[in-house]
Amino acid sequence: MLDLFDDYTLRTVALGSAALGLTSGALGTFAVLRRQSLLGDAISHAALPGVAIAFLLTGSKAPLVLVAGAAVAGFLGTLVVMSIVRTTRVKYDTALGIVLSVFFGFGLVLLTFIQRRPDASQAGLDRFLFGQAAALLQRDLLTMAVLGGIALGVMLLVWKELKLLAFDPDYGASLGFPMRALDVLLTSLLVVAIVIGLQTVGVVLMAAMVIAPFAAARQWSDRLGVAAGLAGVFGALAGIIGSVLSAETERLPTGPTIVLCVSAIVVVSLVAAGRRGLLWRELRGRRDRRKLRLAAVLADLLDLERQHPDAHRGHSAAVLSVMSGGALPSLQELERRGQVRRLDADAWELTDEGRKVAER
Amino acid sequence: MTSGQVEIQLIAVVVAVACALPGTFLVLRRLALVSDAISHSILLGIVLGFFVVGNVNSPLLLVGAALVGLATVVLVQLLERTRLVKEDAAIGLVFPALFSIGVILISRYADGVHLDIDAVLLGELAFAPFDRLEFWGWDWGPTALVVMGSILALNLAAITVFWKELKLSTFDPALAIALGFTPALVQYALMGLVSLTAVGAFDAVGSILVVALMIAPPAAAYLLTDSLPRLLVLAAGIGAASALAGYWLAFALDASIAGAMATMTGVAFGLAWLLAPGRGLLAAARRRARQRLEFAQTMLTIHLANHEGKPEAAVESRIDHLYEHLRWAPEFAQRIVRLAERRGLVRSSGEKLELTQAGRELAADALSR
Repeated sequence: MLDLFDDYTLRTVALGSAALGLTSGALGTFAVLRRQSLLGDAISHAALPGVAIAFLLTGSKAPLVLVAGAAVAGFLGTLVVMSIVRTTRVKYDTALGIVLSVFFGFGLVLLTFIQRRPDASQAGLDRFLFGQAAALLQRDLLTMAVLGGIALGVMLLVWKELKLLAFDPDYGASLGFPMRALDVLLTSLLVVAIVIGLQTVGVVLMAAMVIAPFAAARQWSDRLGVAAGLAGVFGALAGIIGSVLSAETERLPTGPTIVLCVSAIVVVSLVAAGRRGLLWRELRGRRDRRKLRLAAVLADLLDLERQHPDAHRGHSAAVLSVMSGGALPSLQELERRGQVRRLDADAWELTDEGRKVAER
Repeated sequence: MTSGQVEIQLIAVVVAVACALPGTFLVLRRLALVSDAISHSILLGIVLGFFVVGNVNSPLLLVGAALVGLATVVLVQLLERTRLVKEDAAIGLVFPALFSIGVILISRYADGVHLDIDAVLLGELAFAPFDRLEFWGWDWGPTALVVMGSILALNLAAITVFWKELKLSTFDPALAIALGFTPALVQYALMGLVSLTAVGAFDAVGSILVVALMIAPPAAAYLLTDSLPRLLVLAAGIGAASALAGYWLAFALDASIAGAMATMTGVAFGLAWLLAPGRGLLAAARRRARQRLEFAQTMLTIHLANHEGKPEAAVESRIDHLYEHLRWAPEFAQRIVRLAERRGLVRSSGEKLELTQAGRELAADALSR
């Protein structure tokens, strides 16, 4: 594993993917919390025409130029979404769908237009579609690290305000915080997180890198700071594992591999996370149901005892089953606990301890 | 125009109409992004179907892919029902994962076959006329046209037959349950149609365009009408027009037809957004401007009525004093006075204004409200 990281290409790819996973995972926190998960999808699709226009205007493929174009277009896309929702009766999801597909379609027109021009200098623009981590260079890495670092730094600076925005924007407004400006700031940070990932993961799959890390991290902690940090870690982890796997295996495309890694983290978290996880929830549910069944049988026995004070023959499991269903296994368990006594083959009565528990 | 061009445009129009019909219900039910999820995850369905059937042109592929589309919806709902993630996040978790599996399967096991991710995602309508459906020694036309034509017919039939179920469960699901309909069933049937349509269209125009054609034309139509039948017709019309305009845009630029069609649906939505009678940005701006003028005229009559017959009336009712009293710029004051005169609310004699009976009534009415 160590000499893996001596390999220049691999190190670049792994570091780049880690940077992208960290940034988008941590910033995705707020998008998911505010139920704007798919905004990330819209932004990443909307960025495509920006890449093409930046290239058409400058003729340059420098990462900073293309990323800047992508960021402007992505930001414009979110503005369009917001103003559609504000000025028409079209709903948020429809507005996202329109921006996503129309911007992407326009980007496609521009890309094909560029591709069919005689000079071949455009080669490589289409890696924005599906992403190509193997093509990451040191200069891309620098761009990603600097932009991602700035975005994360700003997020930490206004952490408290963003928290307000996510949980109680009205309260924040009443305290005098500029909530609209914060909303725009947060969206801009998300745009930055997304555009630096486009070259690696691609337009189509970038949504997952925004949503999945926090969706997984959320299950492990109720504290926002912990969950956001964990989301960053999950994102970075998926980035590293996915890109290394894809670089080491032939014909294993990077973007999809990273996305499957992060999806796997989500599945594990949903199932196994403490307290919230499905597995624990199921176990807890079973325990609670058994407790209830035992308590019901005890209470039934107590009832029978009070209704028939002179009977000392015990009561049959069949009678108890009529009262609360499937009583035999519960009786056996209660017998183990010393709360009921078996008089003969099918006659049960409360022990003194069982009576105490039942009367409680 | 060559016959190939005619056929491409015909396919484009049929695809657009076939998408707009179920798309209308998605937009109304706030499920627009389900089309995004379905159109991506059916890639996996097509790949899996290909492994089973071993042939990309089999109609069984369509069915298999549509089933995976339906499975996407079920998965999203299952995930949502755990209450561990919200609906929007559930959508964004399911489709990228399924799409990724599809892409990986293609690049590992289906390389070199006619299953190219670019083509699947982006579509290439220009080649559609070359893939023709021939049997019984007869050329039935381009396969894409026949397939999408059948899907369009199915969509039309389903919407006609289940009209009242669709309508009721879309607008009032609670009433639908109370009346004994099962909105969940209607929902799945609709999702089945969406999946099937997406699969068919996917082959011809790619998955992103499917989203554009399903969402943008109904959204544009939604700004133009309140009646469901008219909404469907308008959405279909806008879709078809965008498809044709997109074809010619692509022709002029020598660019992707699918992309150009998506762009034109966006232009159509933009036009509706701007120009929709009553609801568009322009109509709203004009309404605001008119209300501002009407309000100013009412203010003028109230101002005059306030001072009528009082000693200060001589000063207060001078036009050039309106700036001082109502903070109106001179040009604006002139304009309002002109408008008020034309409506017969005030009379001016020289620089002095005088209320008419109508003006007095308007002021009294405005104050008493």
